[in-house]
Amino acid sequence: MANVIAVLEQREGALKRVSHEALTAARGLADALGGEAHALIVGPAGIDAGDAATYGADKTFMAADDALRLYQADRYAQIAAAQVGAGDYAAVLVPATALGKDLAPRIAAKLGCPLAADVTSVTHEGGVVVTRPVFAGKANYTLRITAQRCVVSLRPNAVMPAEATRSPAVEAVAGASGDKAAVAKTLEIKQPERAAQDVAEAAVVVAGGRGLKDAESFKLIEDLADAVGGAVGASRAVVDAGWRPHAEQVGQTGKVVSPNLYFAIGISGAIQHLAGIRTAKTIVAVNKDPDAPIFKVADYGIVGDLFEIVPRLTEEIRRAKEG
Amino acid sequence: MKIAVCIKRVPDSEARIKVAADGKAIDETGVKFVLNPYDEYAVEEALKLKEGAGAGEVVVVSIGPDAAQETIRTALAMGADTGVLLKADAVGLDPLPVAKVLAAELKDGGYDLVLFGKMAIDDSSHGVGPMVAELLGLPCVSAVAHLEISDRTGKAEREIEGGVEVVEFGLPAVITADKGLNEPRYPALRGIMMAKKKPLEVKDAALEPGGIEVVRLSPPAERKAGRIVGEGPDAVSALVEALRNEAKVL
Ligand SMILES: Cc1cc2nc3c(=O)[nH]c(=O)nc-3n(C[C@H](O)[C@H](O)[C@H](O)COP(=O)(O)OP(=O)(O)OC[C@H]3O[C@@H](n4cnc5c(N)ncnc54)[C@H](O)[C@@H]3O)c2cc1C
Ligand SMILES: Nc1ncnc2c1ncn2[C@@H]1O[C@H](COP(=O)(O)O)[C@@H](O)[C@H]1O
Repeated sequence: MANVIAVLEQREGALKRVSHEALTAARGLADALGGEAHALIVGPAGIDAGDAATYGADKTFMAADDALRLYQADRYAQIAAAQVGAGDYAAVLVPATALGKDLAPRIAAKLGCPLAADVTSVTHEGGVVVTRPVFAGKANYTLRITAQRCVVSLRPNAVMPAEATRSPAVEAVAGASGDKAAVAKTLEIKQPERAAQDVAEAAVVVAGGRGLKDAESFKLIEDLADAVGGAVGASRAVVDAGWRPHAEQVGQTGKVVSPNLYFAIGISGAIQHLAGIRTAKTIVAVNKDPDAPIFKVADYGIVGDLFEIVPRLTEEIRRAKEG
Repeated sequence: MKIAVCIKRVPDSEARIKVAADGKAIDETGVKFVLNPYDEYAVEEALKLKEGAGAGEVVVVSIGPDAAQETIRTALAMGADTGVLLKADAVGLDPLPVAKVLAAELKDGGYDLVLFGKMAIDDSSHGVGPMVAELLGLPCVSAVAHLEISDRTGKAEREIEGGVEVVEFGLPAVITADKGLNEPRYPALRGIMMAKKKPLEVKDAALEPGGIEVVRLSPPAERKAGRIVGEGPDAVSALVEALRNEAKVL
């Protein structure tokens, strides 16, 4: 009977939402296989394993070492591959974040197994079956894994975290040694001045485009993002103009996002921008041009001047949330 | 400084993607193919490092069909010195067999650096670079947007959620390139002329089948037709109402 293991991601000693998503997917897949869902936490001492049990882990392995506070690729990969190699696992699930996109192929190479990256669903039908958006979202592959074992990275926000409480069983595992001369070492994480939610992980994204006219006007976008509790996103045009950092760019050469709610404000909806938002659940567009292509993909649209509409929208949403 | 750059021939980002009759691949008729945009950053970085060192060699390596010779010529026209095509008519969706063939090709090449794009824009696996690094036992930093190398040690910065990770490593190493690393040059006419005479070795790639089978390729789910709620600020109330009670996202 094969099991499933989710390699969880922490930041500052707390599990991230993407970890709950990976656990939920692992739980679902394990149930389909008739096996167990396990979790592997790599990070500093003191992480709450109960959090993993809440989202369906039958057992949690902990590699706790303060030297693993930051992502040390070589050691993380060594620990994960050793853990997977020691068990009977049909699939290793990893969140497809900056960390997971780097870690997943390393684990797959160490185990000699296939990697299905950035998937939006994972099931079991005569083998592990995944769907993956490809060609910048212009098509979807449905793929079947023919190998005994595979590594799958899961796109953030593709799976809704669902609680499925198990009794917490925790087992400590050894943190790999890091004194091999060849390894790369992560020294630090430089934080941006304003600690912000990341567009790729946020459940709500408010994105602004060239229609904002200048960097200062992004205050309107920030205010709306505040009101809805979301992250600020940007089109490439405004990133290229230097109004916003590249970290906020949504689209083919920026980030792919799958929020529940996406606002496109003063964004025309070029194909490369749409590539980044195809899996958003609800899209709202505000644009003064009724023929802007963004309206073809938007669930709701308002035609008009964003400088009049957005402040009003922020105000009404604030009021609705209070009321 | 001897540098290898792994490059892939991919459909242009603006290409219309149609599913082929077998329902398992894209219909390539009329599709323009280009050098993968992230690999352009990798080629540019290799050229800059070579120029900075005042000496060295830049080798581009690609696995793909015969037509990928054109892609290699593009990199040669930018300024790379030699090319290698590892010929394979079909490259599957499992990145591991690709990584194995590249690792075998690069293994004894004496490279100080091996550069990749962070991902190929067709299958977006984000996989081949770190896999090759694992197979060769080299340190690797992926999705690098800033790179400094001196005295056989490097410092790379990569964007992560809500911050920038700073990573230090020693050469030889593997780096995968993100947007922001540099501004790729356009091949000049002189470069294009010279590229025609640069060495391009072609040999067969022995790709393993890999562990991923295509069930089907389908167009993205059509988004259900949306609606214009109204015009101007007066439509805001109706929008908020719809987001709360219809879409239930507020
Ligand atoms: C290889 C490649 C990769 C690319 N990758 C990306 C990517 O990752 N992400 C991305 O976004 N783009 C990308 N692009 C660029 C893309 O093609 C567009 O140029 C870009 O998305 C346009 O940004 P925009 O919508 O902000 O600007 P514009 O296209 O200029 O649109 C501005 C919109 O604002 C509206 N507007 C103006 N004033 C107002 C007002 N007062 N009120 C309301 N509406 C107003 C206009 O009607 C217009 O629709 C890429 C392009 C290429 C070639
Ligand atoms: N067929 C190939 N030939 C040479 N390099 C490749 C090939 N496929 C992928 N790569 C390299 O690996 C990177 C990541 O590709 P992928 O893992 O497919 O997203 C690309 O940007 C290239 O640098």
